[in-house]
Amino acid sequence: MATDLKFEYLREKALSREIPDDAPAPTLELDSLDTLWLQVTGTLCNLACLHCFISCGPKNDSHDMMELSTVDDALEWARDYGVKEYYFTGGEPFMHPEIKTMIRRTLDQGPLSILTNGLLIDDEMAGWLADTFESSRYSLDLRVSLDGTTPEENDALRGRGTFEKIITSIERLWDHGINPVVTVTTQHAGAGGEAKRREFFEFVRSRGIDKPRLKFLSPFKIGREERRDRGYEDHERLVEGDLGDTGGEHLQCSSCRMVTSEGVFPCPILIEEEDARMGDTLEDGMESIDLDHPACYTCHVDGVTCTT
Amino acid sequence: MTTSTRTVAIFGGVYNNYLSLEATLEDARDAGADAIYCLGDMGGFGPYPDRVFPYLRDTSDVFVMQGNYDQSIGNRLEDCGCGYTDPRDNHFAQISYDYTFEHTSETHKDWLAELPEKFERQWAGLNVRMAHGSPRTINEFLWESTSPDPFLDRMLDECGADLLFVTHTGIPWRRELPSGRWVVNVGAIGRPPNDGTTKVDYFLAHIDDDVEIERRRVDYDHERLAGEVREVGLPEEFAETLETGWWTTCTGSMPAKERAQGPY
Ligand code: SF4
Ligand code: SF4
Ligand SMILES: [Fe+2]
Repeated sequence: MATDLKFEYLREKALSREIPDDAPAPTLELDSLDTLWLQVTGTLCNLACLHCFISCGPKNDSHDMMELSTVDDALEWARDYGVKEYYFTGGEPFMHPEIKTMIRRTLDQGPLSILTNGLLIDDEMAGWLADTFESSRYSLDLRVSLDGTTPEENDALRGRGTFEKIITSIERLWDHGINPVVTVTTQHAGAGGEAKRREFFEFVRSRGIDKPRLKFLSPFKIGREERRDRGYEDHERLVEGDLGDTGGEHLQCSSCRMVTSEGVFPCPILIEEEDARMGDTLEDGMESIDLDHPACYTCHVDGVTCTT
Repeated sequence: MTTSTRTVAIFGGVYNNYLSLEATLEDARDAGADAIYCLGDMGGFGPYPDRVFPYLRDTSDVFVMQGNYDQSIGNRLEDCGCGYTDPRDNHFAQISYDYTFEHTSETHKDWLAELPEKFERQWAGLNVRMAHGSPRTINEFLWESTSPDPFLDRMLDECGADLLFVTHTGIPWRRELPSGRWVVNVGAIGRPPNDGTTKVDYFLAHIDDDVEIERRRVDYDHERLAGEVREVGLPEEFAETLETGWWTTCTGSMPAKERAQGPY
């Protein structure tokens, strides 16, 4: 596909260039706030995956759960502005005691995707989600993370016994009438390639989900993933001029912002980075940003977007 | 009804379906349409791409806009740029693109490359905007379940329109916003809207003191077209969609809500 070719080209170009130590990072305007991320459970998670790029886990409280009123404020601002789509993330969103209320209120004003590890979706919740999906005007997507087509592959990253639990949740959602998007970080050798992708489609199909929906994500070398694999090299950062003619329109931060209990951030990736915080309210988030973080390099050369 | 009433027709997504195109134009002219707007995407799943052009070119009452497919074919690009994630979708999209590319003559490609990207009109004092995907992006999908009211209001504010017509998704819908303005996705005439019928959709606008929007469902000889899809060696899946009214391919870009309406 042409888009793959383009990113191959960007990667080569980024590797072959020479950058002076003091070269400034590019600045990016917010074109249009289309996508609003809400980190509803903060960094609190019932798993502690080795590759988690924000080091979420049962003990990480760097970002608290969001209060319902904080979510309401963000929603009100977003409605006045005209946001196109909403995403819930964490941590694990289904750990929030008021998750149902937040889902209902968000769906009242736009389409919602929830990023989850699936573990807390029991029969009652799956049924409720299916009813909500059925009756709402706007679309609801569940994005369930899975990191392998075998327990060995997946459990090495997500923890022992998680493979079966994740598959069970995916099947449960499907049985209730929700077709989840299975999200795969392209961690393993070849997982970014066509053959491995096809294997994932076939695997999901083989579990009775005959319309598989998948999303493949590049890993970010920050958070726990930085310690698992390796951090970024010196040349792996963006400098002025790297974005080329098209500017930054392929970067999700030209059209998204992230709200957490701690305030507003440019994107879901940088919430634990010093200096990334833009202010308290979404209004503060309308400013332009400096793409001065190495993760911005991954976004640029791999064409990463977290949206479905 | 006063004598000043006029009727115009708006459709999109021809997808090489010259038979439904002929039927749509006939229906629109019979209904009294004095202007007919095509919002783009001439190529796609059907046979004999060159057959649609005589209906669209040098016809005084037909106004044609460029879709993403036309932009790709016209500029001799490698694919339709649909960006599917399912390898199966990609596979079928590439087959129809390669076939369409190979069988579209050079003069028609040149014509596609030169088409305008928008139309702006004034009807009954309303600012009317027509675009392929959205007013801001040629390949933005405006599906019913993923286009919230406040977002559409902002989009209308940005382009100064009271009434917006788009296509690109292939499934029609229309909505009056709380602000009183309208957005209409005219769907596609090239394949049925994934509802188990074989009819295709377009819209009429009746212009008087106000503008009244009417959805039209058109019958055409879908069996003949399905036969020709097979005759030229295009995938059986494309023929099946025409015969059953259910989308069999390229369903990956649909939102969960729209996709849940069909079996694939
Ligand atoms: S990757 Fe997801 S499930 Fe795993 S620890 Fe991080 S937030 Fe939790
Ligand atoms: S990490 Fe990616 S999405 Fe976030 S600010 Fe940098 S380029 Fe934008
Ligand atoms: Fe299109």
